[in-house]
Amino acid sequence: MPGIFVFGTIENGIPSRSTLELLTGAQRLAAGLQEGVSVGLLGPGDGASLYRYGVEAVYRANDPLLKEYQADLYLLALQRIAQAAGAKVLLLPGDSLGRDLAARLAFRLKAGVVTDVIEIDIEGPEKMPRFTRPVYGGKAAAVIVPKRFPVVVTLKPRTFDPAGPMGQGKGKEVPVEISLDPAQARTRMAERVQEETTGVKLEDAPAVVSGGRGLGGPEGFTLLVELARVLKGAVGASRAATDAGWVPSSMQVGQTGKTVSPDLYIAVGISGATQHVAGISGAKTIVAINADPEAPIFKVAHLGIVGDYKAILPPLIAKCRELMGS
Amino acid sequence: MRIVVCVKQIIDPELPASQFRIDASSNRQRPNGHPLVISPYDENALEVALRLKEKAGGTVAVVSAGEPSAISALRKGLAMGADEAALISDPALDGSDAFGLAAALARGIQKLGIPDLVLCGCESGDWADRTVGPILAEALNIPCVSFVAQVDGEDGRLRMRRVVEEGYEVWEGAPPLLLTILSHESNIPRYPKVKDIMTASRRSIPTWSAADLGVEAGDIGKAAIRTEVQQLTLPSRESRCELMDGEPAQQVTTLITKLRERKAI
Ligand SMILES: Cc1cc2nc3c(=O)[nH]c(=O)nc-3n(C[C@H](O)[C@H](O)[C@H](O)COP(=O)(O)OP(=O)(O)OC[C@H]3O[C@@H](n4cnc5c(N)ncnc54)[C@H](O)[C@@H]3O)c2cc1C
Ligand SMILES: Nc1ncnc2c1ncn2[C@@H]1O[C@H](COP(=O)(O)O)[C@@H](O)[C@H]1O
Repeated sequence: MPGIFVFGTIENGIPSRSTLELLTGAQRLAAGLQEGVSVGLLGPGDGASLYRYGVEAVYRANDPLLKEYQADLYLLALQRIAQAAGAKVLLLPGDSLGRDLAARLAFRLKAGVVTDVIEIDIEGPEKMPRFTRPVYGGKAAAVIVPKRFPVVVTLKPRTFDPAGPMGQGKGKEVPVEISLDPAQARTRMAERVQEETTGVKLEDAPAVVSGGRGLGGPEGFTLLVELARVLKGAVGASRAATDAGWVPSSMQVGQTGKTVSPDLYIAVGISGATQHVAGISGAKTIVAINADPEAPIFKVAHLGIVGDYKAILPPLIAKCRELMGS
Repeated sequence: MRIVVCVKQIIDPELPASQFRIDASSNRQRPNGHPLVISPYDENALEVALRLKEKAGGTVAVVSAGEPSAISALRKGLAMGADEAALISDPALDGSDAFGLAAALARGIQKLGIPDLVLCGCESGDWADRTVGPILAEALNIPCVSFVAQVDGEDGRLRMRRVVEEGYEVWEGAPPLLLTILSHESNIPRYPKVKDIMTASRRSIPTWSAADLGVEAGDIGKAAIRTEVQQLTLPSRESRCELMDGEPAQQVTTLITKLRERKAI
């Protein structure tokens, strides 16, 4: 039985970005542990596109109640399909979905749990998987090994590259019977609200301009929105800025917030606490604009300007606009 | 409404990286006499609890599992406005993972009397596993909503704002519930008043051992762990930041040139 189990999602007929990242981790585990890869899907959505990524089997629980996310129902279904698949290592995304489910799923499966994994390798003759994750706000990294199987693992988003096609592209779908009762859902989603400022998704943006406490108030963000627009990017924020209510929490970048891996990350008025930097380690070029030459952000940035953002951003926006012709 | 808030005492997480040291024998941070604090999101959780109490009445208890030193975290909780506190402390708990901790916390919470709401931080400030809260919900067999920034209540039905990638979701549920709390402008922790700090310092706080709580010895401690920390390493930090010289206009011009060289724009 394929022992490496990925909880997948299909978007517009193809595996979602987070599912492809999980499949990279799954392929690594499968090779090291000599196991096959299966994907679990909940609800409708065609899983055929998964077979190109070395997936042997798609286990699907399709109950009409699984169309919308609800943790209690998802947990019942996930437990069922993971057991049907004989899952040994279960991979879940480290996003809001996986954060909601992973530990509870582990409890139900009597499994171990490792969250926010950034590296996977297989150790020595015993062939035990070793999972590396940041701890202490990114000031250290811990290598964690399971003492038992199954083990539920979440991968930090935007850390593993999305999987490329491999294998012969053949697999089978295994329907898993499950009949859910609406009474099993103990909570109910009443509303879902979107909060995007520039139209580009923060996680997908090639350029991210983030602001922190140094902006001094919500008005400072208008300059950032302008710069992001010119760069066709998105706006992010430090926790100090979201906690102050200057911008929505969903814009927080960092350990608790989002992981971004843009080509260009510009940190404005952000000191560079390790918990913030934990969210930008995949950024190719980091620019810091900060009034304090001693700010820790200059220890992680590639390029920096020491100065008041109010003096720097207007000419920067103007120059970029010239260059980008917009 | 009766609310229990789970608070963890940790070494100040905002300590600069330069002062961070590892204790290789325990694979933990070396305390080095650094200040101990309540894990930040737990203070946000306590603030949520206190505001709910102020609006709708009820009681708030704080509970912690840890070293005897965690008494000071509980005292701070009392000084902020909690009515009751309890410490779960036992050498048998040493080395426990999230499942062991949650087993002990669940028994402690049951001993206090099953509350309407259990609040945890969304992640601890040191290990940030994000697991103790959800596992505790399972151990107590109550539903869990995670990463909640705001809670409103009316008629025994609560509305929770759960932060997600695209924005937020509003979830509804009836107590008992466990929520894991995220910081938000609406739950910035209050500073305790000097008078309340004094009063709290005189309160006696019960300490419960695993045996007092009837926790199974096989469920806690190092022998029960499901995953093991094999090693703790310090990531290497390079500092090769190129600073732009001159007046803002000059700095910006040089920056643009460098960005183009790096093909960043
Ligand atoms: C468990 C935990 C999780 C956390 N998760 C996150 C997270 O996900 N994301 C996150 O960001 N933080 C997170 N934090 C918080 C983090 O530790 C820092 O407190 C936070 O990142 C600080 O935000 P800041 O840099 O905006 O503010 P500050 O540290 O106050 O820095 C403000 C900076 O602005 C500069 N400045 C001031 N005026 C100007 C000006 N006019 N022009 C230019 N620069 C100026 C200052 O020199 C200073 O460096 C977390 C903390 C903990 C404990
Ligand atoms: N030892 C503990 N005592 C009390 N509460 C805890 C303890 N450990 C974790 N918690 C709670 O669980 C939350 C999440 O912790 P963690 O799973 O370590 O990220 C914390 O914010 C606390 O609310």
